[in-house]
Amino acid sequence: MDSRPEAEATTRFDAGAVRADFPILERRIHGRPLVYLDNAATSQKPRPVVEAMAAYYATINANVHRGVHTLSILATEAQEAARETVRGHLNARHAHEVIFTAGTTASLNLAAFSLGQLLLQPGDEVLITGMEHHANIVPWQLACARHGAVLKVIPITDEGELEESGDAHFTERTRILAFTHASNTLGTVNPAKHLVSRARQRGIVTVVDGAQAVPHMAVDVQDLGCDLYAFSGHKMFGPTGIGVLYGREEVLERMPPWQSGGEMIDRVTFQHTTYAKLPFKFEAGTPHIAGIIGLGEAVRWIHGNDPRAMAAHEQALLEHATRELLTIDGLRIIGTAREKVGVASFTIDGVHHYDLGTLLDQQGIAVRTGHHCTQPLMDRFGITGTTRASFAPYNTAEEVDALVAAVIKAVNMLR
Amino acid sequence: MKSTPTLEQAQQEVVDEFALFADWQDRYEQIIEMGKDLPLIAADLKTDDNLVRGCQSRVWLHARLAPDPDGGPAVMQLTADSDALITKGLVALVVRVLNNRTPEEVLEAKLDFIDRIGLREHLSPTRSNGLASMLDQMRRYALAFSR
Repeated sequence: MDSRPEAEATTRFDAGAVRADFPILERRIHGRPLVYLDNAATSQKPRPVVEAMAAYYATINANVHRGVHTLSILATEAQEAARETVRGHLNARHAHEVIFTAGTTASLNLAAFSLGQLLLQPGDEVLITGMEHHANIVPWQLACARHGAVLKVIPITDEGELEESGDAHFTERTRILAFTHASNTLGTVNPAKHLVSRARQRGIVTVVDGAQAVPHMAVDVQDLGCDLYAFSGHKMFGPTGIGVLYGREEVLERMPPWQSGGEMIDRVTFQHTTYAKLPFKFEAGTPHIAGIIGLGEAVRWIHGNDPRAMAAHEQALLEHATRELLTIDGLRIIGTAREKVGVASFTIDGVHHYDLGTLLDQQGIAVRTGHHCTQPLMDRFGITGTTRASFAPYNTAEEVDALVAAVIKAVNMLR
Repeated sequence: MKSTPTLEQAQQEVVDEFALFADWQDRYEQIIEMGKDLPLIAADLKTDDNLVRGCQSRVWLHARLAPDPDGGPAVMQLTADSDALITKGLVALVVRVLNNRTPEEVLEAKLDFIDRIGLREHLSPTRSNGLASMLDQMRRYALAFSR
């Protein structure tokens, strides 16, 4: 794609107006203005999200779906309104296809436990990719161990893309394909729709880890066609402790519950329990009501701010950062896929990421360093970690320049 | 006969040295230099057995109990290394303060100098780094030696 339209989008896009919604960005760290470039770990929260959560506690706090009293009804209405907002955001067919969880990790554990029980027999295969976060590896390892199944991995190229022959790894024993929509370490956007359609042709159930995709692009689960889609609220301007597992109704109906307790049951006797209908079958216990309301508000905030312009702005920041970082001697970008979200991961010859992260922090710049919970990926590239700058709509080109200047200063101190 | 400074004196020396530095850059440059000066752990000791696992940076630590040359109680001799320079510099400081002390002294040591020179963040659990794990490992050695 020509880069000019993106540059124009940057000019049109007013990051300053977006920044005004994020009070934390006015902070100073070690006496320097905060430059927050750790958005792939968690994004900052706009004022409306913080206020909606406070307002819930201050004005309508009550348990949901349990009381006949007014507050309980108001809290339930607010929670279910948020579910409907999330449904619309994903273009899911039904609100009850939106299961609230504690986050992507919880969503993937639910998926692996329940699908494992439903589908896996000894000798069956679960297929993942070489760029998965540990949260999309370990739950499947555990499920495979429980059911005698085998975990298979689609390798990735030096650029950090799936091997072209990705669907060649399907066998007649493949039951589940679980893959990340966008890589937290590399930024790579995987051809999700293509993979899902190939898998579905073979009757393979598809699970997509959308934690890094949902904050940066419009995800239409019907268009994508996947069976399950997992993501977190806190990476998309919402609160921590809340996430979503979207599931196609037909699949969710067949899946057994994961956690059990209150709310998820229909009728309990000591002999037998029948489960509540969707989505409550998968929502045992009192939910994170304030978190759900905050997530709904985050989705509303995104739609109130021209998501396409925000995405274009992030792409412009990524291009600018990549270009400027590459001027640094010995710097190597890890993850050079053709399509990426706003993640610039890099190593520098002779410089340890811990040292670099420490010296950047002293200059007010927040980045992530380490293996990013993707150790197999680090092994694939023969490195122990990277330094990762990741962008959000409130970041600016000036902040990217500040990052580059701070990296140069740190490298000079370390060499 | 040389007299080993007390643990408190050794810590105070470090604090006094760092008091000379005006800003973060000078402090970190000093730490980095100390890291570069730290005698590397002997290659045959830089093994997985001696690796202290941290999430961010790796530290190798070897401790042995050696007779005190002056005939006192046996002391712990420490050598260490890290793959990150700043961690290595901090490790060098810890080794400087704790080397050639008895296991009892190591166990009782209240190391507040890292805090006092403004580098406490390196012990923060969010760093999950090699330094905090190394201090734990050192205490485990001391506990084993004191039995």
